[in-house]
Amino acid sequence: MEQTVEYAHATGTLSGIWLLVAIPLASAAILLLLGKRADKWGHWLGVLAVAASFVLGLVFFIKLGGLDAEHRSAELSMWDFIAVGNLHVDFGLLFDPLSGVFVLLITGVGSLIHLYAVGYMEHDPGRRRFFGYFNLFVAAMLLLVLGNNYVMLYFGWEGVGLASYLLISFWYGRPSAATAGKKAFLMNRVGDTGLAIGIFIMFATLGSTQYSDVFSNVGALSSTTVLVLGILLLLGAAGKSGQFPLQAWLPDAMEGPTPVSALIHAATMVTAGVYLIARSNHIFSANHTLQTIVVSVGAFTLLMGCIIGSAKDGIKRVLAWSTVSQIGYMFLGVGLGGGAYALAIIHLVAHGFFKANMFLGAGSVMHGMHDEEDIRRFGGLRKHMKWTWLTFMMGWLAIIGIPPLSGFFSKDPIIEAAYARGDWTSWLFGTAALLGAGLTAFYMTRLFVLTFHGPERYTEQNKHPHESPFIMTVPLMLLALGSIVAGFLLSRHSAIPQWLEPVTGEGEHDPVMPAAVISILVLVVSVAGAGLAWALFSKGTALQEQPAGAVVTAARRNLYTDAFNEAVFERPGIYLTRALVFLDNKGIDGLVNGIAAGVGGSSGRLRRLQTGFVRSYALSMLTGVVLVVGAFLAIQLGWLA
Amino acid sequence: MGDLKLPAIDYGALAPMLILFGVACLGILVEALAPKKSRQAVQLTLSFLAIIASFVAVVVQHSTRKITIGGAVAVDGPTVFLQGAILALGAVSLMLIGERTIEKGGAFVSQAAITVGSQKDLRQAGDQPGATEVYPLTLFALGGMLLFVSANDLLTMFVALEVFSLPLYLLCALARRRRLLSQEAALKYFLLGSYASAFFLFGAALIYGFAGGISFGAVHDAVANPQRSEVLLYAGLALVAIGLLFKAALAPFHVWTPDVYQGAPTPITALMAACTKVAAFGALLRVLYVSFEGVRWDFQPVLGVIAVLTMLVGAVLAVTQTDMKRLLAYSSVANAGYLLVGVLALNEEGLSSTMFYLVAYGFSVLAAFGIVTLVRDADGEATHLSRWAGLGRKSPLFAGTFTFILLAFAGIPLTSGFTAKFAVFGAAVEGGQTWLVIFGVISSMLLAFPYLRVVVLLWLSEPGESTPTVSIPGFMTAAALTIGVIATFALGVVPAPLIDLTRDAAQFVR
Repeated sequence: MEQTVEYAHATGTLSGIWLLVAIPLASAAILLLLGKRADKWGHWLGVLAVAASFVLGLVFFIKLGGLDAEHRSAELSMWDFIAVGNLHVDFGLLFDPLSGVFVLLITGVGSLIHLYAVGYMEHDPGRRRFFGYFNLFVAAMLLLVLGNNYVMLYFGWEGVGLASYLLISFWYGRPSAATAGKKAFLMNRVGDTGLAIGIFIMFATLGSTQYSDVFSNVGALSSTTVLVLGILLLLGAAGKSGQFPLQAWLPDAMEGPTPVSALIHAATMVTAGVYLIARSNHIFSANHTLQTIVVSVGAFTLLMGCIIGSAKDGIKRVLAWSTVSQIGYMFLGVGLGGGAYALAIIHLVAHGFFKANMFLGAGSVMHGMHDEEDIRRFGGLRKHMKWTWLTFMMGWLAIIGIPPLSGFFSKDPIIEAAYARGDWTSWLFGTAALLGAGLTAFYMTRLFVLTFHGPERYTEQNKHPHESPFIMTVPLMLLALGSIVAGFLLSRHSAIPQWLEPVTGEGEHDPVMPAAVISILVLVVSVAGAGLAWALFSKGTALQEQPAGAVVTAARRNLYTDAFNEAVFERPGIYLTRALVFLDNKGIDGLVNGIAAGVGGSSGRLRRLQTGFVRSYALSMLTGVVLVVGAFLAIQLGWLA
Repeated sequence: MGDLKLPAIDYGALAPMLILFGVACLGILVEALAPKKSRQAVQLTLSFLAIIASFVAVVVQHSTRKITIGGAVAVDGPTVFLQGAILALGAVSLMLIGERTIEKGGAFVSQAAITVGSQKDLRQAGDQPGATEVYPLTLFALGGMLLFVSANDLLTMFVALEVFSLPLYLLCALARRRRLLSQEAALKYFLLGSYASAFFLFGAALIYGFAGGISFGAVHDAVANPQRSEVLLYAGLALVAIGLLFKAALAPFHVWTPDVYQGAPTPITALMAACTKVAAFGALLRVLYVSFEGVRWDFQPVLGVIAVLTMLVGAVLAVTQTDMKRLLAYSSVANAGYLLVGVLALNEEGLSSTMFYLVAYGFSVLAAFGIVTLVRDADGEATHLSRWAGLGRKSPLFAGTFTFILLAFAGIPLTSGFTAKFAVFGAAVEGGQTWLVIFGVISSMLLAFPYLRVVVLLWLSEPGESTPTVSIPGFMTAAALTIGVIATFALGVVPAPLIDLTRDAAQFVR
């Protein structure tokens, strides 16, 4: 499977793509370095920086569209980033259809969420710091998708990890937020290590980390190497995207401010794993086993997210598990390969809109309810928050895939593609995806109904819910609009598949059932799930957790994954560190202290020779003379030869 | 008698030394004739002008490669580079020597002959301006050093050795505070220095007996083609080397170093640590590389043992020092060991890296002693380590600067200490002397401890009642510190220009 991958050099307007990263980075630097002096206007600078990047991104995107498919890319090599021996890493950027889509998503949704955050964070004393970190995140995320080699990607990858850590723990005074930040950081580290080792393997086997070199030569690698490389990249992707087995940090990350959850932990950063696999499609397509692993991870995670999401009571928790599940769909898509890469990207973009929409809606609800998160204490909010209700409804309909909203156009094709894998696994993965659609409809309807419909179940201090200010509802409306039309626009005339074709290639197989049948099946299952949920929860729910069967209890406990991690990794880890500390204290420190004592002792003894008397100095010099002359003569006379 | 041949003299090539000696003589006339009040200003200006003029003369000679004045002086790459280095370091030392604002009257006593502790002495300690004889003495010493690194025969080298040593003996005795300690140091230095000179002279005589000539070229030829007993050669080589090892403070000939460094006025200690080191190693390089290259396999192991001994003794003894100046003295001993490792590489790389090390170390050590002159109480400099505790709280700027210099001594990257050590050790490995490098690294590790102990003391201890204040440095000390720190940083970050310069210069004439 020899094929040469080349990118065209950036020329004309497109040579300005570095500005996309530089503007938010500069803004972050200003906000974080100026300190209190920027408190008054800092948030507006933050919004402006991202909006400017969006406008620029749009200009570049249109320019790129003007190029013919053969040369639809722009590579910009800026300087030698690392040059050690054989290792040469460019500080270079690549703007091609895939990164273009991501740039628009990041800066477009990012601008709206920044705007929303101006209102959401209005009373927070740390608002300037918040926008500084937020801009830092945008810059790092853009670097991640714009790099032209894996080291640049890793640079951005670590950057978004840092920003995510800082923002999850933004309210570091709360122990739960601090712990959640640490948990996210540590679990990401596992994935990051995988990615780093993957990059090392690339350099060791191919001698380069440049996308064009790696993709051109991946055919020359043995299939085992490709498999190992792919699994390591997948580990990195799973860490960043909250996929099994590294999913546990993502729901806890909801401790951060809601705009953070919307932008980083729903719309953009968590999709970095999907980007990584889509970008590395030449590697993943080169090994069928590898693809099967990716598909399995996706299918398993999507079901797991649905099941746990159905049992949760925190509004953001449910949305978080929903994110895990939806990214599972995307992994399923990229794992299927061929044309399904484009489908995964469509779902990613559509998901970016409707999930950001719902997260901001959730933020708006909490804003009006004194930061109450428990959906058992909501109910009937549609009367008090008209706009939030309406916009959230668009997100809800979109995610469960009701035509003509975007989820229908983005999720359905993935399920179809799963049924079109070409062997018996089509049935397995297709049915898993279908089941997931039904479960999604169930838990999302539960969330929606318990929040906005049914009897009011407010606590004492929440007697008077109110709608959020204009600056928060306007982004909601725009995102709701996106939730409605994005899917349709993206898949109309196969816009995205054609657009991405230079990057990903085309699909191959036919589904095991006619596409129309699958579509109808999906719709039926979804409506059934939604109907069941409506029937169960339109009368409200118990205010306390009720005893339940084994499945529900397991789902409430995150399917015991946290308990598993604790038992298998955390406790042995603690024992290991204790053992190492013991070894360090007794063994290594003993040795070191022994040497130190030896040196100190001999120093003390030698010092006594330094008497201060010239006569003894002269004597020691004379001894030296005798020895040196003696040694020379001994050599000359052959005694030492 | 008519056919007496006068040797050809290239005055241009000798100009750097002639300028220094000339102005030094002029300085003595100034002492005699100029009114007391204006002497300080006149002498200081004259000295700086002399050093600058001499430096210009060196730069003008940068491409000269010749032996002149009847074979007594060789002007070649190493000569030009080392003379330039001595003058640059000498200029910075002169800034410390010329400082008169930190302590009223400067670091030097006004009349050294007055009995210590007498009424007169108390009076002069208070406010009388310091002796201005130090300037001509310094110029004589620097001139002698220039001659020392360019001497092309053993007698000229001996004369140069005495010319730069005698002023240093005197300068050591001139401290304003703790005069007994200062005089004792001077006397010790003088006695042991003469002792070492005698060995040098005896060695020179033996080598003359062996080679029938004293010029390094003649010795080289005789070594290649021996006519007489080699016992003369080896005994002579050993004794000449010992004379030089003494000046360079290599074990076991280093015993004078801590006492003299501690007792001498701190600016003079700085001068000795920076410039004398350059001169001594410059001469050692010339003797070993030019004359005795033919018996390199014989002297390499003996001097290698000395290098190891020096590195270990310097490092181990530094661990238990309680006085800052003694600590720096032992550090300087250990550094002499590292330099000898570079010398023993016995290749071009060894020559150039040793020269680089000399410059890098010189600037750092000047800055270190510059700071020592600033930490003081009512009785003068407070050099006991316990007095430095918690200085970081009181004056973070100076404690920070000193920390930076200590990190440079410890060889931490981004300082010249790292690049210099890397250069000499790299050269030694290339020259097949890996065993020396192993000991060098062990010694560096040991030596890091006393440095870091001082850093801990500076920053992590609570300042006590007795923690002295750091004086505001006068203009000249501030300039010297700035130059030292900038050089330490710059040579650590962009060492390439100076390394290129040393490589271009790394060729002796014979």
